[in-house]
Amino acid sequence: MILTNIESVPGMTITAQYGLVTGSTVRAKNAIKDFGAGLKNMVGGELKSYTELLTEARKEAVSRMELQAMKMGANAVINVRFATSSVTVGAAEVYAYGTAVKVAPKG
Amino acid sequence: MGDIIFLLVLLGLTFLTGTFIEKRHFENIKKREIALIKRPIINFGAKTWHTNRKIKKVELVTGEVVISGDYFKNFVASLKNIFGGRLTTFESILDRGRREALLRMREKARGANFIINARIESVMLNETYNAQESVPQCAIIAYGTAITYE
Repeated sequence: MILTNIESVPGMTITAQYGLVTGSTVRAKNAIKDFGAGLKNMVGGELKSYTELLTEARKEAVSRMELQAMKMGANAVINVRFATSSVTVGAAEVYAYGTAVKVAPKG
Repeated sequence: MGDIIFLLVLLGLTFLTGTFIEKRHFENIKKREIALIKRPIINFGAKTWHTNRKIKKVELVTGEVVISGDYFKNFVASLKNIFGGRLTTFESILDRGRREALLRMREKARGANFIINARIESVMLNETYNAQESVPQCAIIAYGTAITYE
């Protein structure tokens, strides 16, 4: 599966379009890690456990989007965008969306 | 009285740790930015590239980071909020976070020639709940399309 966030896939031509595919996920860490992050919050700096959470959430959202595109018979998703929102404290929503297309090598 | 002493100790302590962590982080960012100065070339907004060379690989690269302020910064910002003006203590947090996210994205695309249409997306994780009390946590995702030539 090829993913890009531009209107085309460089070096390939689009042969068919399937429309919007989306994937979203809301993830939270356990209470112990939340507590650790709360302490880290006081002293400042990067919250590693939350970064991890965000990475997991992003991967999950992308894989759900890919699955949906695969079911449609696409082999690429173009114009991928990420949107994030905070649902509650310690949880993050990552929403990935794009256009599923079929691409073939040029020439 | 005890409360005031506790607050002062807390402010002093978080000022020291926050400044130390921030300084170290900025040094780290600077070092990595210098190491990555020319590759891959990063282009915000451009969706086309002008070359006749064959393209080997196209992929979506991302970099994410969750950064938080400290108690001292939050305290200073809440004081400044009364009079208005620049909240410099928060500016440095966001600056650090964005640069870190961009660096992580670029480090993932180390072998690529270009990153086109880079975008930065950010969200405050705990702003919605008692904003006065909580220290800001900012989640930032940077992403773009990495192109590698043959």
